[in-house]
Amino acid sequence: MATEEINVVEEVGHEEHDHDHHGNFWTTYVFSTDHKTIAKQFLITGIFWALLGGILSVIFRLQLGFPESSIEWLRPFLGDWITGDGKLDPEFYLALVTMHGTIMVFFVLTAGLSGTFSNFLIPLQIGARDMASGFMNMLSYWFFFASSVVMFTSLFIETGPASGGWVIYPPLSALPQAVNGSGLGMTLWLVSMALFIVSTLLGGINYITTVINMRTKGMSFSKLPLTIWAFFLTAVIGLLSFPVLFSAALLLIFDRHFGTSFFLSDIYINGEALPNQGGSPILFQHLFWFLGHPEVYIVLLPALGITSEVISTNARKPIFGYYAMIGSMLAIGFLSFIVWAHHMFVTGMNPFLGSVFTILTLIIAVPSAIKVFNYITTLWGGNIRFTPGMMFSIGLVSFFISGGLTGIALGNSAVDIQLHDTYFVVAHFHLVMGSASFFGLMAGVYHWFPKMFGRMMSNKLGSIHFWLTFAGVYLVFFPMHYIGVAGFPRRYYSFTNFDTFNDFTDLNVLVSIAAIVTLAAQFIFLFNFFYSIFRGKLAPANPWGSTTLEWTTPRFPKHGNWPGEIPAVYRWPYDYSKPGADEDFIPQTVPYSETPESNTPAENEKIKLETNGDEIVVKQNGDSH
Amino acid sequence: MANSAAQTIKNLWSGGVEPMKASYGKLMMWFFLVSDAFTFSALLVSYGLVRVSHPAYSGDPADFVFSQEYWPIPEQVFEAIPFFHGLHAPLVFVGLMTFILILSSVTMVLAVEAGHRNDRAAVEKWMLWTIVGGITFLGCQAWEWGHFIVGDGAAVNGILGANLTENQYGPPAFADFFFFITGFHGFHVFSGVALNFLIYYNTVTGVYQRRGHYEMVEKVGLYWHFVDLVWVFVFTFFYLV
Repeated sequence: MATEEINVVEEVGHEEHDHDHHGNFWTTYVFSTDHKTIAKQFLITGIFWALLGGILSVIFRLQLGFPESSIEWLRPFLGDWITGDGKLDPEFYLALVTMHGTIMVFFVLTAGLSGTFSNFLIPLQIGARDMASGFMNMLSYWFFFASSVVMFTSLFIETGPASGGWVIYPPLSALPQAVNGSGLGMTLWLVSMALFIVSTLLGGINYITTVINMRTKGMSFSKLPLTIWAFFLTAVIGLLSFPVLFSAALLLIFDRHFGTSFFLSDIYINGEALPNQGGSPILFQHLFWFLGHPEVYIVLLPALGITSEVISTNARKPIFGYYAMIGSMLAIGFLSFIVWAHHMFVTGMNPFLGSVFTILTLIIAVPSAIKVFNYITTLWGGNIRFTPGMMFSIGLVSFFISGGLTGIALGNSAVDIQLHDTYFVVAHFHLVMGSASFFGLMAGVYHWFPKMFGRMMSNKLGSIHFWLTFAGVYLVFFPMHYIGVAGFPRRYYSFTNFDTFNDFTDLNVLVSIAAIVTLAAQFIFLFNFFYSIFRGKLAPANPWGSTTLEWTTPRFPKHGNWPGEIPAVYRWPYDYSKPGADEDFIPQTVPYSETPESNTPAENEKIKLETNGDEIVVKQNGDSH
Repeated sequence: MANSAAQTIKNLWSGGVEPMKASYGKLMMWFFLVSDAFTFSALLVSYGLVRVSHPAYSGDPADFVFSQEYWPIPEQVFEAIPFFHGLHAPLVFVGLMTFILILSSVTMVLAVEAGHRNDRAAVEKWMLWTIVGGITFLGCQAWEWGHFIVGDGAAVNGILGANLTENQYGPPAFADFFFFITGFHGFHVFSGVALNFLIYYNTVTGVYQRRGHYEMVEKVGLYWHFVDLVWVFVFTFFYLV
């Protein structure tokens, strides 16, 4: 993994060698403090994890779709995890499910998404030379790397990786004698997550501080691109929720290794009572979901921010409802902290409390719907360019709607009691959070690839990748709704043992085949991505006709991003197809005084501020102290 | 005048300046502290939840005896003072510890103030007192832990003292949370002392003098005050209520 990553970054760097570097290979490409390099490191590591997480899911889909067939051919990779008669080991099935969830939620859609695009876009879009602290930014990546190494190692130990589900509920996860995966695998999981949390906090503190302190002249919060708003709020949410998981993980470590009973009480193993008394496993669920629910939005908000930007650019229209977008993100961010117990309706919670959480959960549908309608109204009547980034963004909107609607059903405690832990839930969150965020990630990669690597990806391969993935995702997750309503519980190794579920074998076969095709389609992306890094067509300065600041940098921006002075900002980032304007976009750096033909009367008033406003007021500010 | 002030405030957020008039380092420290506050809140909420799920002692406080059946009255547990064996002095020692820690916050304020004046000697003096306060607090905590672990008086159900799995004073969870939360806080104090020492060292060697400002003292000061503030909550929830 490490060598792959170093090679890539090195090759990219060749173009930059004529610029004045003051570091050697190690400080420039490996232990780099430049936000662009760190973003690429996050991206490449994230791609590695996404591939691994996808492969794990296909292995357990083989078991679910074709339970009778032999997978002896996987023995070279899985070794003793294949039983004597060529079947997947049932305990390893649980480990696969657990690791798939952990990898996708944390390593791909948190670190891979936020880590890549917050790092890459925040300084470029707000007009800063780099992050507030490049050193902490570097630490953030290397803590993530260490966390990755520990989690990766846990895949290869004899007792297997953690297998209690990605939510690691005690007592299963707290008692090593409960299942093999709760032994060393669980310990490594906890160590890895502790490192991961440190990485997230280092990154998040940096993102927030950079957005507050380092915006270029004129870049007020009301002129920030929605991407930056999304990354900013994501970092705030992470800052407030990850420490709670940290507490829970520490308490769990004490329960596992030092004999405490924070989460344990009244447990019998083989008829023997354990000495642990007085704790509460439900307490862990509360702590976990206090992170776990905001985590959903940590994953989703950056994808929504990217989508806002890409849709507006490629529809050649201003984003519909800029302030409504910001307001709904703030509302989602706030509400995400007070709905966690909707994951726990079946824990024996007081029904009255359940209805409070039901109402709060349903309120989230309002800001979510505002966002969806704003995307649709932005597209409405637009001069749409179907670039791969645009298609993935529209795909995100589609998943967000179809997955979000089932969320309204699941948010009702009465309905959830029936559907809890069935494939209906699996279908819901894979669409609304998993696939939607993944599509946001892909949209971002396709859209900002020219800025990251100075070259273009192939649009044709991008389109094929999109259509195969889009169709594949719906074919995988849509049938799961039916299977779930029929009562299939999630995380079960086999359904053919139950007569009730035999009717759905064909649906499971369909899902498995679709999953394999979808995974295969990702190799088209991988080829396109790595080929284009080296051989892609050189990118023009502003390939999509965007208004934001990152496209005012050179093709291969060196450390510091802008060769001369940092440009000042005069207008919001969505002046697309402005009536009267010469071109169908006006960059943020163009003052109103230069565009009299397209100014509104209110904007003409602002010309005065442009000439004397900023500088003089800032000076007054200085004088008064 | 009023107009220009309003303009200034509006302009603070329009980019190109530091809107909170704070360096990025200071902002980062603040955000870290917000996040750390959530870590402690999670621990204290967990403590509260487990505590209320245990029965409280319902009899006359004068007749209180230790039992695993109910949550103990804290002031009956923490009532010893070093060198005064057998003296019943509820919460006197921990009150003294709290006073020392708060006093070290005062000396930290004085160090920050001296830093603003670029008065190196005064920064050295007050940092040293802050370090002494922190170490004294840690020493007191060590004694209190020791006393808690070794136990006092007669064994209850054959248990004398406390560890992570059983304790003489009440349900095991009482000792579990006591060790975990005061330990986690103590670790914060220890890190704070280490940081304070680093600051003291850099002051003595003139690093900040050459840099021209003592902002590092301020940043570490924020951390130190936070650790103090957390102790106030730990003290309230563990010892008072």
